[in-house]
Amino acid sequence: MELTRRQTLIAGIGAAAAMVLPIRAFAQDAPMVGELAEFTGGAEPGTGDITLTAPEIAENGNTVPIEVSAPGAAEIRVYALGNPVPGVAAFTFGPLAASQAASTRIRLATTQEVLAVAKLQDGSFIADRKEVKVTIGGCGG
Amino acid sequence: MAEGVKPRVKVPKSASAGEAVTIKTLISHQMESGQRKDSDGNVIPRSIINRFTCDFNGQNVIDVVLAPAISTNPYFEFDATVPESGEFTFTWYDDDGSTYTDTQSIEVS
Repeated sequence: MELTRRQTLIAGIGAAAAMVLPIRAFAQDAPMVGELAEFTGGAEPGTGDITLTAPEIAENGNTVPIEVSAPGAAEIRVYALGNPVPGVAAFTFGPLAASQAASTRIRLATTQEVLAVAKLQDGSFIADRKEVKVTIGGCGG
Repeated sequence: MAEGVKPRVKVPKSASAGEAVTIKTLISHQMESGQRKDSDGNVIPRSIINRFTCDFNGQNVIDVVLAPAISTNPYFEFDATVPESGEFTFTWYDDDGSTYTDTQSIEVS
């Protein structure tokens, strides 16, 4: 059977789509699941008294101001789900911390969801997430 | 050792006992993520500050583990309780093994 130009093109596009789609989905989710599971021990974080403050639209992905606050938390971790390395920061609060809150500036590669997970004193986990639209990515691309 | 690293910390001069004070810290650092490439297409190796701690009179206030996703010139703002007069010690740990420290004293009346 001889391939026409049209058939070749369609096959090519199909193959390219098949390659790209699962890899993208995989890259977004797989490392995330691993890192989060490592922190929570596989437990699914619930909702609770945790607040993640982040801008809805960040013009520059290189410095996006965020603030996390979770009264009573022992540790708060922040993940950027669409970054090449999803882990962003882990805050551990000592006996002299006046509030379980901190602000910092982070890098975001693309428009994505930012996730904050807090480990409470009793060992349970709560989470909050925010979608941030990024105009210019912050990974040197 | 990364060049031009300079910590800057803002702590109130005085406070009343048990008061919560807000502390702002900034350190000038490249925070090379290890994701970028130079003009020849070679990956620029990662060089970041990977940990930051703040202690007051030997007691821990906050301990932060940093990933490459923290922006250039890492900035942190947080609250600390000051039970008595003393000194805050801030320590930043670089990937290359060097540490940068800064101390600030506070008067409690």
